[in-house]
Amino acid sequence: MFRRERSIPLRGSAAALCNNLSVLQLPVGNLTHFGVVHGPSAQLLSAAPEGVPLAQRQLQAQEGAGVSPPLITQVHWCVLPFRVLLVLTSHRGIQMYESDGSVMVYWHALDAGDSSLVQAVFARGIAASGHFICVGMWSGRVLVFDIPAKGPNIVLSEELAGHQTPVTDIATEPAQGQDCVADMVTADDSGLLCVWRSGSEFKLLTRIPGFGVPCPSVQLWQGTIAAGYGNGQVRLYEASTGTLHVQIDAHARAICALDLAPEVGKLLSAAEDTFVHIWKLSRSPEGGYIEVEHCHGECVPDTQVCGARFCDPSGSSFAVTGYDLAEILRFSSM
Amino acid sequence: MSVRTLPLLFLNLGGEMLYILDQRLRAQNIPGDKARKVLNDIISTMFNRKFMEELFKPQELYSKKALRTVYDRLAHASIMRLNQASMDKHSALYTTDAIKGFIQDSPNILHQVDETFQQLTEIYGGLSAGEFQLIRQTLLIFFQDLHIRVSIFLKDKVQNSNGRFVLPVSGPLPWGTKVPGLIRTFNNKGEEVKKAEFKHGGSYVAAPKEGSFELYGDRVLKLGTNMYSVNRPVETHMSGASENLAAQTQESIAPNPLAKEELNLLARLIGGMEIKKPSGPEPGFRLNLFTTDEEEEQAALTRPEELFYEAINIQATQDQQTNEELARIMGEFEILDQPRRSASKGDDLLAMMDEL
Repeated sequence: MFRRERSIPLRGSAAALCNNLSVLQLPVGNLTHFGVVHGPSAQLLSAAPEGVPLAQRQLQAQEGAGVSPPLITQVHWCVLPFRVLLVLTSHRGIQMYESDGSVMVYWHALDAGDSSLVQAVFARGIAASGHFICVGMWSGRVLVFDIPAKGPNIVLSEELAGHQTPVTDIATEPAQGQDCVADMVTADDSGLLCVWRSGSEFKLLTRIPGFGVPCPSVQLWQGTIAAGYGNGQVRLYEASTGTLHVQIDAHARAICALDLAPEVGKLLSAAEDTFVHIWKLSRSPEGGYIEVEHCHGECVPDTQVCGARFCDPSGSSFAVTGYDLAEILRFSSM
Repeated sequence: MSVRTLPLLFLNLGGEMLYILDQRLRAQNIPGDKARKVLNDIISTMFNRKFMEELFKPQELYSKKALRTVYDRLAHASIMRLNQASMDKHSALYTTDAIKGFIQDSPNILHQVDETFQQLTEIYGGLSAGEFQLIRQTLLIFFQDLHIRVSIFLKDKVQNSNGRFVLPVSGPLPWGTKVPGLIRTFNNKGEEVKKAEFKHGGSYVAAPKEGSFELYGDRVLKLGTNMYSVNRPVETHMSGASENLAAQTQESIAPNPLAKEELNLLARLIGGMEIKKPSGPEPGFRLNLFTTDEEEEQAALTRPEELFYEAINIQATQDQQTNEELARIMGEFEILDQPRRSASKGDDLLAMMDEL
């Protein structure tokens, strides 16, 4: 069972985007960092264990060409082997900062290129893979940036072609050390999932087609892909083969966020139906098939949830943001 | 942000405005032919072909400041927040259905509306769910932080007293969404090997059928229909809202030249504004958006100082011949009994929008 903890107030309300909450757990000093997109700005704040806010900072989307102030699509911390970077994607480009948001170390402007005026141009979908940071685009392309151990010498190393519609989310997990092991999944607005193996050159291993609804959020854990869809379903696939193993009619509205507690294999799903559900993933003893069990459901009344994350690696606490809500709601298990 | 948002926003807000005006006209017993004329004129202007052409061009949404100024009173009557990506399409259609109801006696205007409908289905019919999700997110950005409470919503328990909308955890699901609760497990060959249930916490039912996108069809949903069609007193509470407005005006009080320019563009597109002096033997009529005159005065008093725009008088059309040259925005109303003060064209537009 979970109980409501003290909420953390935000300076600006959360925008109705998917995956609109990023959490960085810092073992040192027991601090937790939160990142929420408001619209043209994003708010970072750090809080002590009881939820007492300690410091906050607002970041703006970098201006570029265009009529109206640019909107941020996502903010996300990327944990790399030797450093942590904060990445901000917007309708103008990609901004990378030191983890506390104090210094911008890299700016990549979007090239509207061959988009007709009819399409919206933006970057969306952020994940760290080894010493790379991967960012998705409105065109379906995924940009791969090579990040040095320190300093601003960040280089665009590759542009992955796999999607034809805007990328929604990217999930990664540390490579398990064997060959041909999938360690990255990208998702898009058509519901298509692309499964990759990272490296100096990323390799597309398999594709999992959509079925007419967007896939706004995706996670990867021990070779299992968890994908949340616009019709409220969560589907679990075997990453190496793309085979569907579990289909959950999980929510009554579009799923907006998924998160994982990797230490225990817990999956969090949140949707606009005001519910947050926690699931336990496992492999069956015979055959090693993917199995799932429902652990807990929490209703956040009258809240159009737009972001949700575990706040600790064992999945015993989580945080939620809602559209137009100027606070981060926190829950922890009793 | 999506560049396909403006037509939906304009049509939905315009439709909502028509519902309110229709209700007020009936509540104040304005003679039927006059009322119909007023609505016909507005609709004819809204659906003017040239304006629609401009509107449907892919473009970024007008800044919140600009459109908010224009649709100040209208924004809080919109039920946009409750719409799902798939429901947005239906909502625009429903509004069009109701608008057609208003103008059923006028074949010309009906034709204009049908043409617009065709354009709507052409453009939006082909959009994917993902594109609709983006449109919806763009629209929600527009309405973020408004928090204006509306009596009819509070009465119907659709909105809480803190301004947040009620999100029921029961009722029909969107077309294509299954009732939550089932976990199905498959083996490598795709055969179902296990079926389990979990308690999901709500009490939903599947949608009976998909709504129709045809010119005339069963829409299935109620979104977009007229909340005021049931006869009831409609109060427009300013007391709670004015605090919000005051708070908002504090932060955005700096005059925005861009807003004024955008509004002037809107005015040019619609054909500009001609304010006619009262003429002819028949007197114009006065439309009160509040239930009583006292409430109206009260609202005027509690209104934040900063929002006091110059008011203008607008007379209802009396002359049949002026119909053709009518390209006025939302027809002509005499809203408040205030003498007209001189103002530049941009301010006129702002003032007139606001007085509606």
